[in-house]
Amino acid sequence: MIFIAVAVAIGVGAFIAGWYLGQPSRPDADKNSPYECGFEAFEDARMKFDVRYYLVAILFILFDLEIAFLFPWGVVLEKIGRFGFLAMVVFLTILVVGFVYEWAKGALDWE
Amino acid sequence: MQAVYLAIPLLCLAAAAIAGLAGGRIGRAGAHGVTIFGVGAAFLLSFYVALDVFRNGHLFNGPVYSWLSSGGYNFQVGFLIDQLTATMMVVVTFVSLMVHIYTIGYMADDEHNWPKDSLAGKNSYQRFFSYISLFTFSMLMLVMSNNFIQLFFGWEAVGLVSYLLIGFWFNRESAIFANMKAFLVNRVGDFGFLLGIAAIFAWFGTLDYDAVFGIAPSLASQQIHIAGSTHWSLITFICIALFVGAMGKSAQVPLHVWLPDSMEGPTPISALIHAATMVTAGIFMVARMSPLYEMSETALSLIIIIGAITALFMGLLGIIQYDIKRVIAYSTLSQLGYMTVGLGASAYNASIFHLGTHAFFKALLFLGAGSVIIAMHHAQDMRRMGGLRRFMPITYFTMIIGSLALSGIPPFAGFFSKDAIIEAVHHSHITGSGFAYFSVVIGAFITAFYSFRLIFMTFHGKPRMDEHTRKHLKESPAVVIVPLLLLAIPSVMAGWQFIEPMLYGDFFGDAIRILPRHNAFAEAGEHGFSAWHFMKHGAFQPPVLLALIGMVSAYIFYVARPDLAGEWRAKLAPAVRVLENNYYFDKVYQAVFAGGALRLGSCLWKSADVKMIDGFINGLARAVGWVSGKVRLVQSGYLYHYAFVMIIGLFLMISWFLYL
Amino acid sequence: MEFQIPDFAPAYPEIFLLCMAGAVLLLDLFLGKRFRNLAYGLSIASLLATIAMIIGSSQQATTFNGMFLRDLMGDILKIAVMLFTIMVFIYSRIYQQDRHIFKGEYFVLALTAVLGMMVMISAGNMLLLYLGLELLSLSLYSLIAMRRDSLHATEAAMKYFILGALASGILLYGMSMIYVTTGTLDLAQIHAAIRTGDSANLVLSLGLVFVVVAIGFKLGAVPFHMWVPDVYQGSPTSVTLFLGSAPKLAAFAMLMRLLVGGLENMSGQWQQMLIILALFSIGFGNIVAIAQTNMKRMLAYSAISHVGFFLLGVLSATPDGYAASMFYILVYGFMTLGSFGMILLLSNKDSESDMIANFKGMFSAHPLYALVMTLLMVSMAGIPPLIGFNAKLAVINALVESRLYWVAVVAVLFSVVGAFYYLRIVKFMYFDQPGEAIRLNGGMEMHTLLTINALALILGLPWIGWLIRICNSALAQLS
Repeated sequence: MIFIAVAVAIGVGAFIAGWYLGQPSRPDADKNSPYECGFEAFEDARMKFDVRYYLVAILFILFDLEIAFLFPWGVVLEKIGRFGFLAMVVFLTILVVGFVYEWAKGALDWE
Repeated sequence: MQAVYLAIPLLCLAAAAIAGLAGGRIGRAGAHGVTIFGVGAAFLLSFYVALDVFRNGHLFNGPVYSWLSSGGYNFQVGFLIDQLTATMMVVVTFVSLMVHIYTIGYMADDEHNWPKDSLAGKNSYQRFFSYISLFTFSMLMLVMSNNFIQLFFGWEAVGLVSYLLIGFWFNRESAIFANMKAFLVNRVGDFGFLLGIAAIFAWFGTLDYDAVFGIAPSLASQQIHIAGSTHWSLITFICIALFVGAMGKSAQVPLHVWLPDSMEGPTPISALIHAATMVTAGIFMVARMSPLYEMSETALSLIIIIGAITALFMGLLGIIQYDIKRVIAYSTLSQLGYMTVGLGASAYNASIFHLGTHAFFKALLFLGAGSVIIAMHHAQDMRRMGGLRRFMPITYFTMIIGSLALSGIPPFAGFFSKDAIIEAVHHSHITGSGFAYFSVVIGAFITAFYSFRLIFMTFHGKPRMDEHTRKHLKESPAVVIVPLLLLAIPSVMAGWQFIEPMLYGDFFGDAIRILPRHNAFAEAGEHGFSAWHFMKHGAFQPPVLLALIGMVSAYIFYVARPDLAGEWRAKLAPAVRVLENNYYFDKVYQAVFAGGALRLGSCLWKSADVKMIDGFINGLARAVGWVSGKVRLVQSGYLYHYAFVMIIGLFLMISWFLYL
Repeated sequence: MEFQIPDFAPAYPEIFLLCMAGAVLLLDLFLGKRFRNLAYGLSIASLLATIAMIIGSSQQATTFNGMFLRDLMGDILKIAVMLFTIMVFIYSRIYQQDRHIFKGEYFVLALTAVLGMMVMISAGNMLLLYLGLELLSLSLYSLIAMRRDSLHATEAAMKYFILGALASGILLYGMSMIYVTTGTLDLAQIHAAIRTGDSANLVLSLGLVFVVVAIGFKLGAVPFHMWVPDVYQGSPTSVTLFLGSAPKLAAFAMLMRLLVGGLENMSGQWQQMLIILALFSIGFGNIVAIAQTNMKRMLAYSAISHVGFFLLGVLSATPDGYAASMFYILVYGFMTLGSFGMILLLSNKDSESDMIANFKGMFSAHPLYALVMTLLMVSMAGIPPLIGFNAKLAVINALVESRLYWVAVVAVLFSVVGAFYYLRIVKFMYFDQPGEAIRLNGGMEMHTLLTINALALILGLPWIGWLIRICNSALAQLS
């Protein structure tokens, strides 16, 4: 109950604060133009875009995620010993196989 | 020895397979060579087995191959080799061998029986040999079995091959009709048979003969509840159900109608079906089950009455037939009736004895008739024959022997076996034995009468055939004559050779069990017995005297005063009409069962089929169409529909699970 | 806390296969253009080697802290999975070449799918089970989408992917509920916890429902079958062939591991659910299959009905019933391979030849393959003396022994309905005139194997008893 009350209070409070601080509101063309993801802020979601962008993005996520494994692994490496070390080597080897594959297939070439 | 047992049926099967599958390649000589070799070897081995059984007393009972196991029951191919089996094996293989040899002559120009250029006609010779070998195989499997499943297999296989053989000339309408009839009538019998086997399995929990016989006494007073409030003795129910099967196979009234029609098949097949194989299956089966039948006097009474009716009334039919093969066919029916009467009187050994001698002389008669038919260019009407004895002396001679044996004139084989049955009935105290005794004694007269009517009409008197046929009349070739001669030997001798051990001795050992109070021969056996004694005693008994009278009257009617036959025929017109119509069995069956089935069928077709089933099927089709229409809506290809259905399913599962 | 190095030996076959999958990928990448059949040969060779390793090291063992199990059931299923996969490769070689998807990726994905199945089969822990399932599913999604230029294939892949993800979610949800109540992911420990604890726990029951639903989806049982017809029809036939055979074995293993290995003491509850799934599947599959004109779609509905039938054995909840199901699914996989193999045989560069009408007049053109197809269809319909009948018989037997008579009766009635559409194909082959000339595709090795495949359905009869006995002893080990 308290949680809900606090949550509602903060949510509503932030709204009000933003509205209040945002005075005076003067929207213009520059402010409404896309500036972050390269997309128009308000338009049809089904738009054309370059598929290569997605390929790279997916590959990036794939290899980015391995960091999520590597950090905790590095922290406890002392404790998990040689087995832990070997396990990561195997994991990375598989990853490397995938990397070699994508490289050789040309997935990393933009043109 | 197990290898030998296995080899006997397998030789026949292999021969059948070779002749059937490679018939075109190995040619005619190859086909009859391989099948005769197979059956011949089977005969020699059977003989060897029989010697081993009777001389050394080596019996065998056990599985040879485990086929499959299901529901805790093992289907095994097993053999039971004892005295009964050995006897049957020798008889079956011997007659079959004779038929094989004979067929070479009979089917020599079979291609004339087929339309030109028909594919079926090209290899018909080889196919025929393949069938008869297969038939022998089926029969051997039947007699050698040690369990009910294999018995049933042999039973059905015999039925199937007989269907193929009766309809061998399947371009003839009548042959198709006949084999259909044989098949359907046998189906009725098989239904009872299967019911019996099922009852055995349900109550005994096993299908092995030995085990069943072992358990049977403990279930002797078991009552079962079938319908309403009537209670049946279990054993009686089983015995009667099994006997219904035997009635189908062994052509007992009222399931006999298929046998005369089955004459549509080629003659060697008539010999094989009627002498050694199919029809004896029922007799054999009852004898094999003697430990069960001994426990049910009700069943025995039923058997003796059915047998007596068959023996008497089917014999009467033989008197008015003109088709040479049909006469013999009705005589078979009547003789089967004798055997059945013997079974009913607990004289299983006498029945098997008669079965054996009958196999020889009936095969002889059929093959002799076939020989006549060959000479007559495939005409079978006796009114178109006459005076053949001058042209075909050997056929004549052997036919005389066969007829004497059939009529039961001493010292021919038939006398001993038939008299033994009559004797047994005489001593039997079972319900119905009085009627049976009357039937079989009268039957003796009838048998002699129609047998010699056949002889006189065919071989004596003036030749009545047309000029063309007459010019070409000649004795049949050696392949036909030799089996006749070979069959004539046991027709003469088998009787006094075997009567002593068969009836009074220990010939069958434990294979046939008779309760002491049912045993008709024990009494006679006590104060010494010999074939000679039996003959001396029997020769002046009513059966033999009646047979002699029958012969003489046949002579009077058909040789001395041929005009009398027509006169009497006219006088007894109403009776003759009944006989000619086969007691209206066929008509009634046609009208009631076939017609009824047709009417029922068309009625069902019109109301049930067209309206209900078709309506249902069409409705179903429409419903399926409708459903698939609906399903197509669901199976829309839209992913969210699919997911929706899954979620709905999940929720239904959960709610059903939680609230029920 | 010191980590022990676990015993790797029981998992050597899987490790080897993983290495080979990587090797095939790389070798094909660099050498594939020079040696066209390299990936093909190497994949078959590595599968054969893995089979040999399994046979050589057959044992009952547990390793990786109870996560990985080796037992007779697992070994048989793995061997069968790999044999089926080899057959798939051989059957589909020409088909793939004709459609330019005879590529290394196909084999690598199939190998990883096999690896996923093997992991599922050997899983002793829900986590590992899920992992194997995902490896299998992801490989299958990509396999289906191999023909990127085919609209049907991509659509099928998309559908399968999304519904599969949904099912995976349901499975995970169910597993988490089971975890909540029992406090462990290890199946053996779950088994123990339920035996001692309260099996009527509501959350546990809900978890069971979710797990059963997910398994139902993987097997394609009604009402979670929606993907089956679309995916079977849309995929390239070579992939359908794979999809329809081997993964069914893995799903069986999953069923066994989860429901018997883990939740056996709740059999009273899952038995009822499986009855519903099974009977709906048999009924629905058989009836809808009648209306189909597309062979692959018909076989898809037939698959649904067969899955229902196979569930019947499981729901009898006796070792005999499980063994009957295992036997059934092995036989079914074998028959499916042959049936799709026949479609592959008829297909050629220009046409898929996957309509039922394509079989018309087969007998006059190619009597041998008409016979092959007849054997397959008759066996599928469960008509004696073919093996398909024995499989059905075994399942029905198990039902009868569990006294589920009415279920057995309904099942038999529907399989009679089902016989219709199988026999209709036989009728087409023997009595109808061919629409157009039938050309046979495929190489020597495929023709031989396909013929053996069909003939084994009747000539294999004498060995059935042996196979059933093995299944029995495998399942006896399990419970």
